[in-house]
Amino acid sequence: MIKVEDLHKNYGKLEVLKGITTTIEAGEVVAIIGPSGSGKSTFLRCMNLLENPTSGKIFVGGQDVTDKKTNIMKVRQNVGMVFQHFHLFPHKTVLQNLTYAPIKVKGLAKAEADKIAFDLLDRVGLKEKANEYPTRLSGGQKQRVAIARALAMEPDVMLFDEPTSALDPEMVKEVLDVMKSLAHTGMTMAIVTHEMGFAREVADRVLFLDGGVLVEDAKPQEFFTNPKSKRAQDFLQKML
Amino acid sequence: MNLDFAQFIPSMPYILKGIFVTLKIVILAGIIGFILGIILSLFKISKYKFLGWFADAYTSIFRGTPLVLQLMLIYYGSPQLIGYQIEPYTAAILSFALNSGAYISEIIRAGIQAIDKGQQEAAMALGVPYSKMMWDIILPQALKNILPALMNEFITLTKESAIVTTIGVMDIMRRSYQVGAENYSFFEPLLIAGLIYYLMVVTLTFLGKVVERRMRRSD
Repeated sequence: MIKVEDLHKNYGKLEVLKGITTTIEAGEVVAIIGPSGSGKSTFLRCMNLLENPTSGKIFVGGQDVTDKKTNIMKVRQNVGMVFQHFHLFPHKTVLQNLTYAPIKVKGLAKAEADKIAFDLLDRVGLKEKANEYPTRLSGGQKQRVAIARALAMEPDVMLFDEPTSALDPEMVKEVLDVMKSLAHTGMTMAIVTHEMGFAREVADRVLFLDGGVLVEDAKPQEFFTNPKSKRAQDFLQKML
Repeated sequence: MNLDFAQFIPSMPYILKGIFVTLKIVILAGIIGFILGIILSLFKISKYKFLGWFADAYTSIFRGTPLVLQLMLIYYGSPQLIGYQIEPYTAAILSFALNSGAYISEIIRAGIQAIDKGQQEAAMALGVPYSKMMWDIILPQALKNILPALMNEFITLTKESAIVTTIGVMDIMRRSYQVGAENYSFFEPLLIAGLIYYLMVVTLTFLGKVVERRMRRSD
């Protein structure tokens, strides 16, 4: 589904990603973990070109997104993204947040977009909030709406950039539960997270990044019980 | 102080007609200036350097010279510029629109740049093209935040419109002045003009508050 080949990203002199190569298969749930500043968010944001890679190739669904000729807008319609700080559109109601892109970008009829939106809101347990504005929602509710908004485009891949890091502790679970049920539907997911329990339980694979390098790529049981690298051992010691 | 307003009562309809003249100039110049301001602000944040340079130069010139000079340059310069003498009205609307466009573009630019970058990223991640993102996501939020500043600009425009009297437009100011000249008494008609301007500005302020309240309903 997503293939990354020797991905480099520099900010001026600072090299954030130092050649990452990996593949995410369709239906796979991949947790991307690592200390802050390890480049994991940048890595994720390269996948839908919110960050422009300095060099290397990224294929999403067979299309090379780093190729200038690729219609990146078209690719992004197929790659949902959930941000740490939600970024809901504050001037639109919850329902409008969900239907905006399907109507304006995909050209869906309003009735059809509404139906998809209500189904999704039902799935994330927020049907009754359809006509509220985002400011009236709690953090956990906002993030569930943000997930539903991304899903409303019916993407093949979902990217999560620290989806629970900005939440109050008591709201983390409701968001993780939604993500868990999404994983069970067979959605391809790449999740940058600090929730080790979640990564262990839900992910099919763990990518451990440190200093812009993909240090470990392993099954969760393997990674959490028997990390190979010293850096992963140190990291886990601090986290667990 | 002996004020005699009574002698001006017959002239009141004449002065009041100036309201429509002033309003016509302010509303048209306001609308054109607003559209121009949006375009210039988009130039300023554009990735194309030339557009940004153009908009900055434009703003610099129109903010850096007196409005009354711009008005006169356009009015008296029109025969040499375009070959015929334009109406004072046209010159007034044109100069005010061009001038306020410069100020409004700065207001809108600041408003756009104050919007969280995440809004743009969220729209991009959904595959929303730039033009739709600007129009549907960024500008509505920016406009809400800058409404007080925009209102201020329109209020300034309303008051400053009095200088069109210098090229002979029959606005409130000029009519009051003429009435004063006819009666050899300027103080009262000018006070009346002042009151009319003030009431127009108060009305504008009130309308601005109403719009602002409407736009705040999502808070």
